[in-house]
Amino acid sequence: MLILECPYCGVKAEETELAAGGEAHLKRFGPGSSDEEFHDYLFMRENPKGVHFERWRHANGCGKWFHAARCTMTLEVFGTYSAQTTEPPKEIQDKISEKRPNWTWRDVK
Amino acid sequence: MSTRLAKNGRLIDRSKQIEFTFNGKRMKGYAGDTLASALLANDQMMVGRSFKYHRPRGLVAAGPEEPNALVGLGTGDRFEPNQRATTTELFSGLSAQSQNHWPSLDFDVLAINNKLGRFLTAGFYYKMFIHPRPLWKHVYEPIIRQSAGLGKAPDKELKDADTYEHFYFFADVLVIGGGVAGLQAAKVAAQSGAKVLLLEQHNYWGGRAPVDGGTIEGMEPGAWVEKTLEELRGMDNVTLRDRCMGAGVYDHGYALGYERLTDHAPGQGGPRHRLWRIRASQIVTATGAIERPLSFAGNDIPGVMLAASMRDYAVNWGVTPGQKVVVATNNDDAYRTAIAMHGAGVEVVRVLDTRDSGGGSLMEEVRALGIRVECGRAIAKVKGSKRVTGVAICAQNGEGGAQEEVEADAVAMSGGWSPVVHLWSHCGGKLIWDEAHANFRPDPERPPLGADGNGFVIAAGAANGAAGLADALHDAQTAGEAAANAAGFTPKVGDAPAAEAPEENAMEAVWLMPAKADIKLRMKTWLDYQNDVKVSDVQLAAREGFESVEHTKRYTTLGMATDQGKLSNINGLAILADSLGSEIPQVGTTTFRPPYHPISMGAIGGEARGEIFQPLRKTPMYDWHDSNGADWEPVGQWRRPFAYVRSGESLHDAVNREVKNTRDNLGLLDASTLGKLVVKGPDAGKFLDMMYTNMMSTLKPGKCRYGLMCSENGFLIDDGVVARIDEDTWLCHTTTGGAERIHGHMEEWLQTEWWDWKVYVANVTEQLAQVAVVGPNARKVLEKLNEKAGGGMDLSKEALPFMEWRDGEIGGFKARAYRISFSGELSYEIAVAASDGLAFWTALMEAGQEFGVMPYGTECLHILRAEKGFIMIGDETDGTVIPQDLGLNWALSKKKEDFLGKRAHSRSHMADPDRWQLVGLETVDGSVLPDGAYAVGNGVNANGQKNTIGRVTSTYYSSNLGRGIAMGLVKHGPSRMGEVIEFPGTDGKIYKAKIVDQVFYDKEGEKQNV
Repeated sequence: MLILECPYCGVKAEETELAAGGEAHLKRFGPGSSDEEFHDYLFMRENPKGVHFERWRHANGCGKWFHAARCTMTLEVFGTYSAQTTEPPKEIQDKISEKRPNWTWRDVK
Repeated sequence: MSTRLAKNGRLIDRSKQIEFTFNGKRMKGYAGDTLASALLANDQMMVGRSFKYHRPRGLVAAGPEEPNALVGLGTGDRFEPNQRATTTELFSGLSAQSQNHWPSLDFDVLAINNKLGRFLTAGFYYKMFIHPRPLWKHVYEPIIRQSAGLGKAPDKELKDADTYEHFYFFADVLVIGGGVAGLQAAKVAAQSGAKVLLLEQHNYWGGRAPVDGGTIEGMEPGAWVEKTLEELRGMDNVTLRDRCMGAGVYDHGYALGYERLTDHAPGQGGPRHRLWRIRASQIVTATGAIERPLSFAGNDIPGVMLAASMRDYAVNWGVTPGQKVVVATNNDDAYRTAIAMHGAGVEVVRVLDTRDSGGGSLMEEVRALGIRVECGRAIAKVKGSKRVTGVAICAQNGEGGAQEEVEADAVAMSGGWSPVVHLWSHCGGKLIWDEAHANFRPDPERPPLGADGNGFVIAAGAANGAAGLADALHDAQTAGEAAANAAGFTPKVGDAPAAEAPEENAMEAVWLMPAKADIKLRMKTWLDYQNDVKVSDVQLAAREGFESVEHTKRYTTLGMATDQGKLSNINGLAILADSLGSEIPQVGTTTFRPPYHPISMGAIGGEARGEIFQPLRKTPMYDWHDSNGADWEPVGQWRRPFAYVRSGESLHDAVNREVKNTRDNLGLLDASTLGKLVVKGPDAGKFLDMMYTNMMSTLKPGKCRYGLMCSENGFLIDDGVVARIDEDTWLCHTTTGGAERIHGHMEEWLQTEWWDWKVYVANVTEQLAQVAVVGPNARKVLEKLNEKAGGGMDLSKEALPFMEWRDGEIGGFKARAYRISFSGELSYEIAVAASDGLAFWTALMEAGQEFGVMPYGTECLHILRAEKGFIMIGDETDGTVIPQDLGLNWALSKKKEDFLGKRAHSRSHMADPDRWQLVGLETVDGSVLPDGAYAVGNGVNANGQKNTIGRVTSTYYSSNLGRGIAMGLVKHGPSRMGEVIEFPGTDGKIYKAKIVDQVFYDKEGEKQNV
């Protein structure tokens, strides 16, 4: 199980405290959206071998949701950050670029 | 014969004799013996029969890599199958049984399979039993299950008599393996100030070094081990644990240790096994190496043993598997066995060295002892069945034409050494092929990576491919320094302890002996002893197209036994590579998965058994229920009374009594477990409009509304009554099992989607005790309580109408009363402070005596709601049901632009008129429908099964109606009222039920609104 640092309380948490919450930065589609948009929002998920952005919750801790940027292949963690953002912050993206120069994820480059 | 030697045995205490039994036969051993060494001392060479051919099998190894010596250990509630004799320390009264034979170890009926070996090749079962299909289930499978398999499962009625525990540990450096490399690495790391944990799987330290000889810092290795241990024990930052195996290495420095505390001393008290859950900054794997067998015909006959293991038995425990030994080798190390056996007084008949040029100084030493060494020679075939009787000798570079036969009763074989790379590989460490030593070893450039992207595992010593004592210690020194550094400490950089050992000549890779062995020999040449896989099987798999090593493994079962191929994998993939005309590194290894060696299920479970399997949540009235006949039902982590059983009553009687009494008089339900979430803030109304399918923002303070919650997929996830407390505050009731889940659901949306909305959610479930006061006399009992207290809140129909709530005092208790009903009766749900719960409940019970009060449990609750046709989350819903399926369209707001689930409800499948819909079901004969039964319609599906057209979701006996009642989801149900449909039961009966309205009782709802 990974160790992730909760960006809210600063605790380095592991399997006894964290709960996984799937892919980060989904854009919600509600009433008025097309079938395709809604389908993609509900079901289509990235499954990369490499850089990925995920939602986690410090469930048995401070209770806060946060985001983690990590490599699914090497388990390297590039950083954790607030859940209250619609895209990975620049400093996280820069850090990834340092280690994985040609990374892409969805339409983030 | 195998026997105890007159001398040797550094680990045994000859002054302490121990009695034990093997297959009921009394035997004697010494303190310090393993079961394996004690069996050898008693001339019990044969220890079991093989998996497939039921061939006699003996001890091959002396450690955890042993494939054959699996026994059933203990009796009754301490019986365990498949325990390794080599890792079982002998204790007084030990009782072991050999496995996989019938009727006895010596005479086995299924040994006939051995004669049929020609037909039982790889994939035999797949090919033979595929047709006709029905025969598999009824004939083949039962027979195969009876004859195959390893040990017997323990009696299912018995509970494990021992206890187990988990233990958490945090270390800067975890060193796994207490041989000389592990000790040195631990010492170097500890001297830097790092917190070090050192684990050793055996009950002795030092690994192979004390057996293999040489000198370290001028000392015998055994003395150096003692000295280093003393140093480590003197350091406060070092924790040492023997009998504790490193079982697995996982993400980001997580590791498991498996400590066997009382296996060697049953009855000592305390937990039997302890699972260490370790987080380490750096992990050093100093796990040594395992010797490989040589692949020659008859290499599985009892008496054939790994060369180093034979020497272990002689040196450590003073036993020998035979009196006339032939040694076969492709490297110098096996000469140590010749020297050790000779020194122990055992005749070494011949050393057969496959290398034309032979070995180095060790060979010279052997020759000097007068032992005959032949180079370029090999074993053509071992003679014997239950015991080695002789060896046919041939040229290694030939087809196996025997040139000579010698008498022998034991064979020592050495095919080279494979580093134990399991722990390195568990979490993604990669391997490289070392051509010179013909083995895979850790690639230091590609270690398992931690959170920071740097490696967190370092292999040391023989586990890292270091050959020889000096190299291993030097490697360990470097590993200890690197680990300390990486963990943030500054190690003293120094020289490794100086070590001396004889120079060795290069080994020669030998994958088949002799190199061009014919098919007859190859069919008797074993790769995997435990799963009975031969060289010819792997070659057949390759011919049949199983080119990937992972496919070959599954097809032949090579390496799939409980030893996970510790001995067989490298030899097997070398044969596969040869058959494919490929190189070994290109074929690659199969995946190494934890645990390294089987660990007990008890250790994995730890303390979580019985009462403390999971946390138990109790309401404030728990003890009252318990002393008043509660038959408990688990609901999530809560326990709720299913019914209160009186003496002389069955559970069913109790339920029926409670159901009738609540409708006729007065019932009390402990509803404290219902989830209670306070949602507060300027945007709370807007937020709840998104959470619920109906409109909550328009609810007036003082009023209640029943609400539904859907997931974004549109499926029902929870329901409950919402009360508006004031302008900014709502209280949302959830289902008993839903409080934490729905709280989490709300937090998720608030934190991750609408984080700018000003709303707080607090789970106050446990702050409040809640009692449902239900029945025609409900108002009377509450008014009586108020009278006795000299006043209280007005509970009349006018002051507190249905679906409203008020704060006030009832019977002197500060209370909040909700006029809500899940039973269809006049009903008040009254919340008081949790600390008042029991007093309030007791006061109600006392005051209710004259009104016929009885407590009721969850089953009565279910029946009352089913009589009224109210849905229950988890019964009528299962994660695939939408409100429309349940006729709850009225609860779906048409005014709101958006709520969770709204968009999903307009997807084509959700709007499909063929979806099954909720109806009532009434059996034609009044009986009770089986729960979960499916209704069948006309025609059959693609599998020839009858088409299903519905299923039962709730079914009960209603004592009020004197008949079975049920609800179910039925295709086109609401438009088929009056139609009778059929539900085949699992009991073979066909139940006929009429489709009716789901409200069975008080259709107009008059009783609740009085």
